[in-house]
Amino acid sequence: MSARRIFARPARFAAIAPYVWMVLFFLVPFAFVLKISLSQTAIAQPPYEPVFDLTAGWGALKAAFAALSLDNFKLLGSDEIYVFAYLRSLTVAVTATALLLLIGYPIAYGMARLPKRWQAVAMVLVIVPFWTSFLIRIYAWINILQHDGLLNQILLALHLVGQPVVWLSTDSAMYIGIVYSYLPFMILPLYATLAKMELALEEAASDLGAPPWQVFWLVTFPLSLPGVGAGVLLCFIPIVGEFVIPDLLAGSNSLMIGQTLWLEFFTNKDWPVASAAAIVLLVVLLVPLLLYERLQKRQLEQGR
Amino acid sequence: MTDELPRTDAAADAAGDVRPAAGQPLLRIEGVAKTFGSFRAVDGVSLDIKAGEFFALLGPSGCGKTTLLRMLAGFEAPDEGRILLGGKDIAQALPHERPINMMFQSYALFPHLSVRDNIAFGLKRAGMARADIATRVSEMVALVKLEGLEKRKPDQLSGGQRQRVALARALARRPQLLLLDEPLAALDKKLRESTQGELMELQRRLGMTFIIVTHDQEEAMTMASRIGVMKAGRLDQVASPRELYEAPRSRWIAEFVGDINLFDAEFKLRDGHRLVIGTGGAGTLVVAEPREAVGETRFSVAIRPEKVKLSRRGPVSEAGRETAINRLDGVIADICYLGGTTTYKVKLDTGGMLQASVANSARLDVDAYSLNQNVVAWFTPDDCVLLPS
Repeated sequence: MSARRIFARPARFAAIAPYVWMVLFFLVPFAFVLKISLSQTAIAQPPYEPVFDLTAGWGALKAAFAALSLDNFKLLGSDEIYVFAYLRSLTVAVTATALLLLIGYPIAYGMARLPKRWQAVAMVLVIVPFWTSFLIRIYAWINILQHDGLLNQILLALHLVGQPVVWLSTDSAMYIGIVYSYLPFMILPLYATLAKMELALEEAASDLGAPPWQVFWLVTFPLSLPGVGAGVLLCFIPIVGEFVIPDLLAGSNSLMIGQTLWLEFFTNKDWPVASAAAIVLLVVLLVPLLLYERLQKRQLEQGR
Repeated sequence: MTDELPRTDAAADAAGDVRPAAGQPLLRIEGVAKTFGSFRAVDGVSLDIKAGEFFALLGPSGCGKTTLLRMLAGFEAPDEGRILLGGKDIAQALPHERPINMMFQSYALFPHLSVRDNIAFGLKRAGMARADIATRVSEMVALVKLEGLEKRKPDQLSGGQRQRVALARALARRPQLLLLDEPLAALDKKLRESTQGELMELQRRLGMTFIIVTHDQEEAMTMASRIGVMKAGRLDQVASPRELYEAPRSRWIAEFVGDINLFDAEFKLRDGHRLVIGTGGAGTLVVAEPREAVGETRFSVAIRPEKVKLSRRGPVSEAGRETAINRLDGVIADICYLGGTTTYKVKLDTGGMLQASVANSARLDVDAYSLNQNVVAWFTPDDCVLLPS
């Protein structure tokens, strides 16, 4: 097919636009990062070598290619700091996503069963936090969670604790921050699936003798799985790479991979290792994505 | 358990025994009312339904028939009144506790389950043994003629097939009472008509009690042994299809069920068992005295279009002359050919418009009338129904 025919109609262009976008803003930067991850750190500008110099001629380019190596990836595998960082990131992401699902599902379900006009109000309430800067909201949590913060004042006033609890710089604070920040991303896809589900399906199940908990497990939940999948992915993937929340709310004794990346990049100025870490992170995240896609494809095929 | 003993029906056992005592209705609805906000959807409905009946709730949309059905299924709790099934009040029981099943207008088939699992859903909930479930499911599949499609998912079926799965699923538990909410509304005309026959046949064969909700009076007349007409939350008339058609209790029902000619009328004089009345558009008519006195001096007179005969020069036969008391001269104003019948609109010399439905009993149009032709329309006093205005 000639280029003229591809661009003959706006619809065709619209079809390839996402690919152009992906190539320009994902594949090209990814190639840069990949190349840096194969380089060695250097005290220079930019802080790595070799540097491709297209003006230096074919021989120099070939030498630069030959200088690329997998050393940084070997380092990532051999230094347990990185392995621990990856493991911690995955643990935090799994735990937080599970918490988000447990908290988000009932909220989304409740929203979807509200009268229509109240659904719109609930939707605004879920989205309204986005109108404030993310950073400000996390700082607000620092305020709430600090020694003489709101949470401790309430707990003391209710005589639930005898003395202020240490919240800041703990995993609890980090989980509070993550769950709070990502909750809308869990609720919205769940709500979208649950709201369009035909109510008669739940009625039919109870008509056929299913008590409420069976109605939920046998009908509502299985039919909301696409929403569960979307919500889990929307939360899990960014939480694995999360930097700001653990940095501000969690302690500094164990780092997530996002924080490790930051350290390598800005403190150690080791761009190649940071790049290698970023690439490994991407590969780690590709696994759940591919699994989800296969699952969806299978569902589609079954549906046909 | 020996082979001579009847096999226990786990589903029916779980649902509870609701066989009514002799002479008692299976279902008794007593003064049931339901209000949504300020809207009184069902306004004091009382009704008895006998075991084995095919009952139709008929009414325009918004008349409360679906709300009444949903209260029987347990999806809505009545604000007032009692619902007695086999003598036991179930008005506040939850849907899964009732030995009643419903077929939904949208079918509400579980999209993630196969045909087999959809039908087995209710049986599994009743704790029926695996082997019995398999047997019952194959019975049901055969009953609704879906053999070979057991493994399909609902979205791999046609509309008519989905309707059958929904029916099989609702019947599988052998409920004492089956509720059908507009079960044929989504089918095209031909399929609807053949399915009507199959539903009636099925109901007779299984000896179950069916309550169907429909806005289609033809469907109700075809299938039901008794029809309850609902209007604005109330039951206006409960009668057999024939009674409903030939002796409607109100002007509204007369108009809702089939076509009808209606004239405002005024009592003039009594002549034995005949009444002479004056009408707005059809002049003076002689009508049979109604069994129940209409009671007022002003009322309506109704004549079904097929009771109106047409001829070119007045009734021809001697017998016709005897009974053709009401003769109205007019001119053909409109012709509507419907295949089996032709509906003529006759502009009467007395000013009114009269519809006559004439059977096309001959293939060639020797009997047909043409536009603007002068005709005599005639009908007997017994063909007229007096209705309160």
